[in-house]
Amino acid sequence: MLNPQKLSDPEPDPRGAILPLTAHEITLRLANEDLLHEIDLVIEARSRTIILGPNGAGKSLLLRVLHGLKAPTSGEVLWAGAPLDSVARARQAMVFQRPVLLRRSALANITFVLHRAKLSRQDREARARAYLEMAELEHRAQTPARLLSGGEQQRLAIVRALALNPEILFLDEPTASLDPAATLAIEQLIDTVHNGGTKIVLVTHDIGQARRLADDVIFLHRGRVAEHSQADVFFAQPTSAAARAFLAGQIVT
Amino acid sequence: MSDDSSVLSLALRLLATGDDNLYAIIGLSMRVSLAAVGLGCLLGIPLGAALAVLRFPGRTVVTALLNSFMGLPPVVVGLLIYLLLSRSGPLGFLGLLYTPSAMIIAQTLLVTPIVAALSRQTIADLNDEYAELFRSLDLGLAARLGALIRDGRYSLMTAALAGFGRAIAEVGAVMIVGGNIAGATRVMTTAIALETSKGELALAIALGLILIALAMAVNLMVLGLNNFAQRRAYA
Ligand SMILES: Nc1ncnc2c1ncn2[C@@H]1O[C@H](COP(=O)(O)OP(=O)(O)OP(=O)(O)O)[C@@H](O)[C@H]1O
Ligand SMILES: [Mg+2]
Repeated sequence: MLNPQKLSDPEPDPRGAILPLTAHEITLRLANEDLLHEIDLVIEARSRTIILGPNGAGKSLLLRVLHGLKAPTSGEVLWAGAPLDSVARARQAMVFQRPVLLRRSALANITFVLHRAKLSRQDREARARAYLEMAELEHRAQTPARLLSGGEQQRLAIVRALALNPEILFLDEPTASLDPAATLAIEQLIDTVHNGGTKIVLVTHDIGQARRLADDVIFLHRGRVAEHSQADVFFAQPTSAAARAFLAGQIVT
Repeated sequence: MSDDSSVLSLALRLLATGDDNLYAIIGLSMRVSLAAVGLGCLLGIPLGAALAVLRFPGRTVVTALLNSFMGLPPVVVGLLIYLLLSRSGPLGFLGLLYTPSAMIIAQTLLVTPIVAALSRQTIADLNDEYAELFRSLDLGLAARLGALIRDGRYSLMTAALAGFGRAIAEVGAVMIVGGNIAGATRVMTTAIALETSKGELALAIALGLILIALAMAVNLMVLGLNNFAQRRAYA
């Protein structure tokens, strides 16, 4: 794995400028059902925030609302106290639960997002190749992205998001379809990115992964934040019944 | 029976010997229809893409209209262009009636809705797939359309071929606005109509064979494109 910092822009951007991210009484109502209820969160810069919860808890929806893909029915999302603007948009990236890859080669998927950076064609391609290397996909550069294996697609989607050099990176179950070695590689990559100053917000229902990565944990249950605490506190003494049951491996619905 | 087979052999001889008259007719047909498809793509693909991506009031109505325009009767289109281009019509001063240009205009009108409607479908499907990524990347409209058209190019080529198939085979519009003038505006379909009515079947059959071959070639190209795109997982 390469060090992604080698790839970031020469002048460091003012990291932390758009954070903290605040969710203020967010409710999301779709098809006459409240899927997110009055969510209040403050997501601070730098730390790795893990959103944990059972299937259907609303983790993906919450991520979409935070990232600005879905407008909440009520409440607001604030970036350093201000509503989403083009600056805040440009400094965040998201890896979807089901990766959305362009019908192009793996390499072209990355050069596509590098268009925003004003680079020469060669520089752009060189940079894209470096990101492919990071995902250990350099030998797949010319392969159509949609012919890659599930895990390879997931890795490509992650490095494509990194290519945006985001200040905050949302990841929706990025290792759900990966084998243990690939999972470890992705976790290391996330660590490296985080060490470079990028805020990580990662959704998972893998408790082991949450333990390995989390600085703080948001436990989501039935569209509500059951608790939001520091990782050590969360794993040692979860306060909500749902989180206790979930951590104990019981079925939580 | 023997009559028929002699007509057929005459037709084949015409094709094989490279009869000037025959090849001039084929050449004009190709020129007119290809020009119409080119213009139809220039107009139809952006129109289809815009309908697929933009949300505006009346979009459903426009889409329904466009879909129904796919089946515009060629004679009606011919009549419309005739009225526009005839000496007393609003565009009469251009002096285009009974020229290949008039035929290209009429066929463009026939082809554009086909290309636009098929492009709209293709791009709408692709946009469903890409929309969240595009929003996440905060792409502007031009970049989104560019990516959709680029990545949908194989299906769009299929749309263009469908338009070509329609143009090369239609007779009503080119007959009315072209006038089927020998050496000037006579194309395959109008020549077939005329020769058949005169009882000169050899030329008609030769042209008919060419048209069938073209139709088959178009379909083979569509299949080939689809196969290629599928294999490359671009479809
Ligand atoms: N567009 C929608 N319209 C209606 N209901 C929806 C919509 N999207 C999601 N839901 C419902 O909202 C609930 C939460 O969905 P979400 O995708 O956020 O779950 P999740 O916590 O990410 O689950 P998983 O762990 O399975 O990914 C689910 O019950 C889902 O069926
Ligand atoms: Mg989910």
